[in-house]
Amino acid sequence: MAILVIAEHDNVSLKPATLNAVTAAAKIGGDIHVLIAGAGCAAAAEAAAKVAGVGKVKVADAAHYADQTAENIAALVVANAAGYSHLVAPATTSGKNFMPRVAALLDVAQISDIVGVDSADTFVRPIYAGNVLATVQSADAVKVITVRTTAFEAAGEGGSAAVEAVAAAADAGNSKLVGRELTKSARPELTAAKIIVSGGRGVGNGENYHALLEPLADKLGAALGASRAAVDAGFVPNDYQVGQTGKIVAPQLYIAVGISGAIQHLAGMKDSKVIVAINKDPEAPIFQVADYGLVGDLFEVVPQLTAAV
Amino acid sequence: MKILVPVKRVVDYNVKVRVKSDGTGVDIANVKMSMNPFDEIAVEEAVRLKEAGVATEVVAVSAGVAGCQETLRTAMAIGADRGILVETDAELQPLAVAKLLKALVDKEQPQAVILGKQAIDDDANQTGQMLAALLGWPQATFASKVVLAGDKATVTREVDGGLETLEIALPAVITTDLRLNEPRYATLPNIMKAKKKPLDTVKPADLGVDVAPRLKTLKVAEPAKRQAGVKVADVADLVAKLKNEAKVI
Repeated sequence: MAILVIAEHDNVSLKPATLNAVTAAAKIGGDIHVLIAGAGCAAAAEAAAKVAGVGKVKVADAAHYADQTAENIAALVVANAAGYSHLVAPATTSGKNFMPRVAALLDVAQISDIVGVDSADTFVRPIYAGNVLATVQSADAVKVITVRTTAFEAAGEGGSAAVEAVAAAADAGNSKLVGRELTKSARPELTAAKIIVSGGRGVGNGENYHALLEPLADKLGAALGASRAAVDAGFVPNDYQVGQTGKIVAPQLYIAVGISGAIQHLAGMKDSKVIVAINKDPEAPIFQVADYGLVGDLFEVVPQLTAAV
Repeated sequence: MKILVPVKRVVDYNVKVRVKSDGTGVDIANVKMSMNPFDEIAVEEAVRLKEAGVATEVVAVSAGVAGCQETLRTAMAIGADRGILVETDAELQPLAVAKLLKALVDKEQPQAVILGKQAIDDDANQTGQMLAALLGWPQATFASKVVLAGDKATVTREVDGGLETLEIALPAVITTDLRLNEPRYATLPNIMKAKKKPLDTVKPADLGVDVAPRLKTLKVAEPAKRQAGVKVADVADLVAKLKNEAKVI
């Protein structure tokens, strides 16, 4: 049995989500190969070869993989699928984009967002915003799987896999990246951060959000997050959003400031190791999941906290 | 240009679902059902494109039990011109739905299919991408802005690091993210009007599609509940607990 993990990378290094996907593949069991599709991606391939547990790295290096379009990546994965029992990718916006295409082209189901591996054909996945866990068994010859990264540890280093070039598939030529506006931040990435400071509607407005939460995040070396209410109100861009419809995070410490705790927000952060809630409403649902709750005016409490840590 | 908008009937987003006591599934008897919120955004977007003179016809389609007629009527109350229901009591998984939609696309020949990025019941996030693959069409998922002009679509997408803008050739599949628009409330006159709009019903067999599920649900369970912790008195207390008890800072 062999498993192909489709890496997420920036041509130079692997995205951390790839390491979580490798661990999920290891739980399934079998030889683990990693596919790198990119343009000028030799460095990313070298990085993949060093990941513990990886037996082989396959590299497709071509200009038309620079933009990682779903059409081209899916065609390449399908062309390289023979001989693999499982195709695995992280359930990031990239993996979610191309993997269902792969599944449809192979005429198999996709098992989305797995959080557990029961056996080589049986997996656990959240449904209903994580309020229910379903155990599903696949009868398909090839299992196409996306992995919820917070449910699996990152694979370590220590591998020395062979790197092998594979032929690029034809360029579909029907999709072109014409713009990219990535949020620039010196802070850690939300999904990989050890500490997250997150703000909700209670923060009031975007100015308050930055003035109050940024100094605290800076002091803790934390990433910044937000509830959907804060995003909808325009305090911060959507890529800050934590929740069912945003990012799923599980840091060591999650500090929820002025967040009431709607189900859809809890779905995105309730697997955090320690949750702190700061809210003036003692009845806010966030306190039902918080390890440490502080009832108080966030405009007083947060600056005090920033000074104290 | 004709736009096809697939809509799914799901448990209303305000309902907290319960697992059946025997663990075989989720109890959806007698709970409020609504249109999947992401699909509502898709209907709104298609109707706005029609109002802007870009689209000429908006066709809403749904697959599932007879109750999906209500969902289609809701779509028509927002402004869809007609509805098609692929009626079946069978469990439908995303691959089967994508195949049903492909058969309808082959028949209806729309220039674009706009649908929600995921349904809030199974949270699969697959159907749009699968449909695009089966049709051999390009796709733009997680859209926060859609511009259709001539034979191409320019779509801004919500991705992990920020935003990305794709230019794709039409016909294409577009899946909607939350910030694309705010769907209107259907007015009473429009709800009444929707009742008179055409609604066709077909069966999966009429479309020649095998909808047999590929995944078997062995059991469902509620995740372990997180216990509420303690209230701390003040910031000093909080910092002390985070340092000495939780040891996370």
